Amino acid sequence: MAAINAIEVSHLTKQFGKKTVVDDVSFKVRPGEVFGLLGPNGAGKTTTLRMMTTLLKADAGQVMIFGHDTVKEGRLARSMFGLTGQYASVDEDISARENLMIFARLNGLSRSDAKQRTTELLNEFSLVNSADKALKNFSGGMRRRLDLAVSLITRPTLIFLDEPTTGLDPRTRTQMWDTIRRLVKQGSTIILTTQYLDEADQLADHLAIIDHGKLVKMGTPAELKQQIGGSKLTFKVCQTAQITAAVQLLTPQVGQIQQTDSALSMRLNQVNQLNTILTMLNQAKIKITQLAVQEPSLDDVFMDLTVGKN
Amino acid sequence: MDVQKHNGSLIMNTATMAYRNLLKTVHNPDRFMDVIVQPVMFMLMFGYLFGGAIAGGVQAYLPTIVPGILMQTMLSAASGSGPQIREDLDSGVFDRFKSLPMAHIAPLAGQLFADSLRLVIATITSLTTGYLMGWRPAVGFGWIIVIALLAIFTGWALSWLFALVGLLAKSASAVQSFSLIAMLVLSFMSNAFVPLHSLTKPLQVIAHLNPVTYVITAIRQILATGSWTHEAGLVLGVDVVIVLIFAPLAVWAYDRN
Ligand SMILES: Nc1ncnc2c1ncn2[C@@H]1O[C@H](COP(=O)(O)OP(=O)(O)O)[C@@H](O)[C@H]1O
Ligand SMILES: [Mg+2]
Repeated sequence: MAAINAIEVSHLTKQFGKKTVVDDVSFKVRPGEVFGLLGPNGAGKTTTLRMMTTLLKADAGQVMIFGHDTVKEGRLARSMFGLTGQYASVDEDISARENLMIFARLNGLSRSDAKQRTTELLNEFSLVNSADKALKNFSGGMRRRLDLAVSLITRPTLIFLDEPTTGLDPRTRTQMWDTIRRLVKQGSTIILTTQYLDEADQLADHLAIIDHGKLVKMGTPAELKQQIGGSKLTFKVCQTAQITAAVQLLTPQVGQIQQTDSALSMRLNQVNQLNTILTMLNQAKIKITQLAVQEPSLDDVFMDLTVGKN
Repeated sequence: MDVQKHNGSLIMNTATMAYRNLLKTVHNPDRFMDVIVQPVMFMLMFGYLFGGAIAGGVQAYLPTIVPGILMQTMLSAASGSGPQIREDLDSGVFDRFKSLPMAHIAPLAGQLFADSLRLVIATITSLTTGYLMGWRPAVGFGWIIVIALLAIFTGWALSWLFALVGLLAKSASAVQSFSLIAMLVLSFMSNAFVPLHSLTKPLQVIAHLNPVTYVITAIRQILATGSWTHEAGLVLGVDVVIVLIFAPLAVWAYDRN
C-alpha cells in the first residue's frame, strides 16, 4: 500500500468540565519519522496522547493508526503501538525481570518467547545487573529505561513517549536521546511530547506546538525557525545612563528592541545590518560589551507563540 | 527472534495478572500480616477477656467466637481489595494494562483471584488459632472444610463490592477509611461476638438487618448439626447474587476510570 500515514488525527477535542483541554487538533504522522508535540506544562499534550492511545475517550474527532480507527478497532489499534506514559508505569514492588515477563505474557507471548525477549531487552537497556533487584532501589533513569523496554516488548513500529526525559539528569537524558535515535534507525515511528525545545530540535522531524489545547504551529524545526526571521543580536550597554539613548537610536533601524536591565536584544533582517548598528553606536559614543549574534532557535519560536499566555 | 503474538485469552491474562499480584505479595510479605495478626489477636483478646463474662468460660465461648472472628477476618481481608485497586489505578501501571490488547476484566479478575489467597490464609489462621485455644467442633473435618469454603466465598463476593468502592473513590485513603468503618460496623453490629438476645432492642434490629449475622448463623448451624442448612443455602445464593451484581459493576467502573 502506498504511503499510508502512521497516524492521522483529525479534529480531536476534549473538555474537562467547562475547560477545553484539547481543542480541534489535527495532524498527520508519517511512518518512520519522529513527531514532536511541544508545549508548556498544562498545554494538553498528555491528554492528546491519552486519546490517541485509547486511554481516554475523545469528545469529538478521530484517530487513525495505520488506517485503523482507534475507537472502532480499539484492540487492533492497541496491538500496533507501544506507550511510555509520563509517569512510570511499571510495578514498583516487583523486579525488572518480573515486570518484563509479566508484560510480555500479557502481550500474548508464550512463556519461552517471553523469557527470551526479557533477556534481550534487559541487555539492550543495560539493566542486566539490576534485573532481579526491587524497583524501589532504581534510579530515575533506570526506571525510565525499564518503562521504555516494557513498551518495546512486541517491537511495535509505532511508539508513544510522553515526556521521556523530564526529570532526568543531563547524562541520562542524552542516553535516552541515543536510545530514541536507535529506535528510529530500526524503523520505528515515534511520537514524543516534550517541554524542552532543544529536545524537540534534536529529535523531531516534524513538530506541532500546542498551547492551551490549540495547535498553534506545525512544521519542521527548520521551517519554524525560519518563520521567526533573521538572527538575533544581543549586547549590553556599559553605562546605564546610555540605555535609553541606545534604544532610541536603534529602534528606527531594527524595529522592536527587547530590554532586560542593561541587555538589549533585537532581530536582524540581514547580517550586514550589524555594521550600521555598530557605526551608529560608535558615533553616539555608546560603549557596549558582550556582543553576540545568534541564529534563531526554537526557543524564539516557542516564546513568540506561547509567551504571555501562560 | 520473531515475536509470535497470539490473542491472549481471558483465562491466561487473568492467570498472569493473578501471578503478578501474588509476586507483589511475596516481595511484600507485610501484605499478609493483617490477615494473620488480626485473627490471632482478636481470638486471644476476645476469648480470654470476654469468654468468662459472655459465656462463662473460654471453652464455652469458642463455638460463638470462632465463626464470628472468621467472618470478621473475611470482611477485613475483603476490604483490602479496595485500597489495593485504588493504589494500582493511581500508580500508572493500570494505564499500561489498559493500553495492552488484552481482556479488560483481566486486571480486576487477577486482583480478585490473588486476593482469595489472603482469604484462604485468613481462614486457616482463624481456625487454627481457635483449635489451639481448645475449639473442638463436634462435626467431621469435611464440614470444617465446608464452612471454610463458605466463609471464603462470602469474603470473595464481598471483595467485589469493596473493589467497586475502590474504583469509584477519589483516593486510597478515602477507601481505607471507608473499608475500616464498614468492617467494624458490620462485624460488631452482628452476632459475631455476643448472642443476639443479649443485645438491646435497637441493636437487635440492626444485627438482624446485617447480612454478616446470617453468614455467622449459617456457619454455627453447620458446625452444630453437621448438615447443610436452609440458611447456608440462602447465604450461598446471596453470595452468588452479590458477585453477579458487583462484578459487572466493578468492570464498568474500571472501564470508566
Ligand atoms: N482528568 C482530568 N480532569 C480535569 N482536568 C484535567 C484532567 N487531566 C488533565 N486536566 C487538565 O488539562 C490540562 C492539560 O493537561 P495535560 O494534558 O496533562 O497537559 P500537559 O501534558 O501538556 O502538561 C491541564 O490544565 C490539566 O489540569
Ligand atoms: Mg503531560
